[in-house]
Amino acid sequence: MIWLGLDTANAPLSAALVKDGELLVELNSAMGLNHSAGAMPAVEELFKRAGIRPAELDAIAVSEGPGSYTGVRIGVTIAKTLAWTLDKPLTGVSSLRVLASNIFTYGVTICPLIDARRGNVYAGLYRRGEDGKLECLMEDRHMALSDLLMQLKKQRNPVVFVGEGARKHEELLKEMLGELGRRAHFTQDLPRASLLITEAMQAETSAVHSFVPEYRRITEAEANWQKANGKEAE
Amino acid sequence: MNDIHILGIETSCDETAASVVKNGCEILSNVVASQIDNQKKFGGVVPEVASRLHVEQITLVIEEALEQAGLSPDALDAVAVTEGPGLVGALLIGVNAAKAFAFANGLPIIGVHHIAGHVYANRLDSGMEFPLVALIISGGHTELVYMEQDGSFELIGETRDDAAGEAYDKVARVLGLPYPGGPHIDRLAHESEGAVEFPRARLEEGSFDFSFSGLKSAVINHVHNVRQKGQEIDTASVAAGFQESVIDVVVEKTVRAAKEKGVRQVIAAGGVSANKGLRAALGKAMEREGIRFSVPPLNLCTDNAAMIAAAGTSMFKAGVRSDMALNGRPGMELQSWAKKSI
Ligand SMILES: [Zn+2]
Repeated sequence: MIWLGLDTANAPLSAALVKDGELLVELNSAMGLNHSAGAMPAVEELFKRAGIRPAELDAIAVSEGPGSYTGVRIGVTIAKTLAWTLDKPLTGVSSLRVLASNIFTYGVTICPLIDARRGNVYAGLYRRGEDGKLECLMEDRHMALSDLLMQLKKQRNPVVFVGEGARKHEELLKEMLGELGRRAHFTQDLPRASLLITEAMQAETSAVHSFVPEYRRITEAEANWQKANGKEAE
Repeated sequence: MNDIHILGIETSCDETAASVVKNGCEILSNVVASQIDNQKKFGGVVPEVASRLHVEQITLVIEEALEQAGLSPDALDAVAVTEGPGLVGALLIGVNAAKAFAFANGLPIIGVHHIAGHVYANRLDSGMEFPLVALIISGGHTELVYMEQDGSFELIGETRDDAAGEAYDKVARVLGLPYPGGPHIDRLAHESEGAVEFPRARLEEGSFDFSFSGLKSAVINHVHNVRQKGQEIDTASVAAGFQESVIDVVVEKTVRAAKEKGVRQVIAAGGVSANKGLRAALGKAMEREGIRFSVPPLNLCTDNAAMIAAAGTSMFKAGVRSDMALNGRPGMELQSWAKKSI
């Protein structure tokens, strides 16, 4: 069973091929890549290095967001096109869950953070259970970072922050949470497509044609339209 | 020689389109999923909304195009996709779907200029005879291009400010007409008995360039003055006057370009070439000059993927290939793919 995993949800890129639970090739980059130009060459490189053909794939996993709208769309478009034309199952995994899966400490609250500008973040809360599986404690959402930190402060549990968003707001996390706020190692701030595949193996597959990113935010145009037409924006 | 089957993909604006074309001239399928109903409530194309809708539609549209053509991917020779110009976020959905599809099926990929596609739409209808002059007229373009031969483009005139289609949309907004405004102005102009006199922007002697901002301002001033006098605006005769001014200048310059270059054919391409008034006026003028005039049927004038496959076929034959690093290029310039003829 050969899996392809792809995460282009934010600036970093990760792509991997995993065969029967063993990593064949993984390409990772933290640089602000142009995914539109760079993602398919990375996928091509994976197959070349592993010496397999696209038709030998068995399943595809993709990071479905939230994150950069454009970045998420590129990964999703590539993944759903491959899945459809190769007739293979497609599984979407939260980009926040992928970041959380970098943390293997049991029982601790894990908070993956993706910066969403203007003091906002995409965040979720996760925990690795006794069985080693990642549980979701709070569904992914778009929110003000200050609100999230207030909420976590009240809970008085230690929290491990992971992801590029955590790095960006490191100062504020320390200031607000002190000893309760811990930081992952910098190598854990990047998504790993091999772990994305691990998560996908435990999740349900998605319908391919109707598969779309989890933006976790409506467009500005839609929000303005709803306001103008007297509907409550979510 | 074997038949060439090219899959075309186009997502440069608000249509998600895919098509299979045989030998660059025969349409086997031409699928277009328009977003116009979704975009209407915003009064125009919102790029983020367009990009989201493209992701929703893209594989369905490609599948439909293959099914209607009755072909499996291994019967294709290449994938042609709009590389630019257009909305960047929209372009890269088509580009990345095309790359993934090409990679999975071991096919070459070819990045096509959107406007070259509009010109090559004529291959799907009445054919192309070189040398020719193409008038490219749309929401983003107003250009006169000389083509000495297949795959060669020489820009001889372009707009210095607004594109003609942009001017149409802005004037339509001033007149309170719904989006998109072009067809409404065209219809009103057709129905109107009178026409308000507006200036013609002919620019310097001999120039093939265009300018529509002065005309647009003249219309706005006229509407403003009439309103200030407390009178009602005769929308139809304003529309007619505006359209007359546009058509007059466009026809004059196109005819002059065609005569100067001694061409065998004049082609109109782009969204505004769907305008009935413009088609009729150009047709009459070319008949007078004895030059063959072609404009493809409506469904090939507006954005579609068959035209991208048609242009892609000419590029395929010329040996043009892109690779997996192909990217959407919003400001891409029209370039020749033909080798310079000696
Ligand atoms: Zn167009």
